[in-house]
Amino acid sequence: MSGASDREAVFPTRQSLGLMKAKLKGAETGHSLLKRKSEALTKRFREITRRIDEAKRKMGRVMQIASLSLAEVTYAVGGNIGYQIQESAKAARFRVRTKQENVSGVLLPAFEAYQTEGNNDFAMTGLGKGGQQVQRCRETYARAVEALVELASLQTAFVILDEVIKVVNRRVNAIEHVIIPRTENTIKYINSELDELDREEFYRLKKVANKKLRDTAAADKEMKEKREARMAELAARGQENVEPEEYAEPRNILDAEVDEDVIF
Amino acid sequence: MTSQADYKDRQFLAVIGDEDSVTGLLLAGIGHVTAPPDSQKNFVVVDNKTDNATIEAAFDRFTTERKDIGIVLINQHVADKIRHRVDTYTAAFPAVLEIPSKDHPYDPDKDSVLRRVRRLFGE
Repeated sequence: MSGASDREAVFPTRQSLGLMKAKLKGAETGHSLLKRKSEALTKRFREITRRIDEAKRKMGRVMQIASLSLAEVTYAVGGNIGYQIQESAKAARFRVRTKQENVSGVLLPAFEAYQTEGNNDFAMTGLGKGGQQVQRCRETYARAVEALVELASLQTAFVILDEVIKVVNRRVNAIEHVIIPRTENTIKYINSELDELDREEFYRLKKVANKKLRDTAAADKEMKEKREARMAELAARGQENVEPEEYAEPRNILDAEVDEDVIF
Repeated sequence: MTSQADYKDRQFLAVIGDEDSVTGLLLAGIGHVTAPPDSQKNFVVVDNKTDNATIEAAFDRFTTERKDIGIVLINQHVADKIRHRVDTYTAAFPAVLEIPSKDHPYDPDKDSVLRRVRRLFGE
């Protein structure tokens, strides 16, 4: 972490502090949600990989049986029917359609095999001999293809989930290691700046108070001197007058008290 | 990410393989030939004389050019010939599936997807 420099460019105000705090909270919520999503997906992913492993092995066996039945056909028909079949293939009887499954917001497509009725390109195959074997071979291969289709949808789900999990994990890590520390740094920075401003303000007020105290003291002294001078003058004139003294003193005390209230 | 429109109309299977595998799969009824002007077959027969460029072209045609193919079946020994292409193919659609053939038993260690599975779990 690069310390204080790794923060967002904001002014250290109370408003942006509030914004940052909201952002941090949002990031933490998002982090926990994404983490849970990633875990759900990973669970699913492991299940799919296990099923892929099984299905691949099963496929090996099914294909073996299927090629055996094809060998039977070749034997029964008494020649290679490959060329004839390749030429007579016109429209697919065996097709797939895709449907979707939703796993924590990720759309996983799944293939579903279906056979269209009514078109049979190979009606003439095995007409002479070996028709039964041909029929059986077709059924075996149809089953094999169904297994293959199932495997294909597992594999597609695997590829998509792999990609999605990578993206989600990247997001989780980005939030955990970049966004949250940076927001925390920003909050720390704003707090320290605000504290600094507080201290400055306090110091300034103290200065002002000191100055005022000094000023009042000076004014007091001046007033006192004036009064004494006046008293002396009055005394010199031989005339005793209490009025100005009483008029002057209460006002001074009030002033001083008012000032202290303002400061502290 | 794959958009929905990308796989809506993928309804055929394609096969690249030796004669027996192709014959068997065609018997199951996956063979399809598009309308006459540019009648394209969705199956390619590979024998000893087929060179790798032809296989590669067929693989490219099924995986990238044609938008109506959902699953590409390829014999494992054929996939071995264009192994680099199969291994670098990572798109979800169409799904590429390696299948065993009569003369070449299935070897899970060569399968591109199974290898990814093993790599992910560090086996």
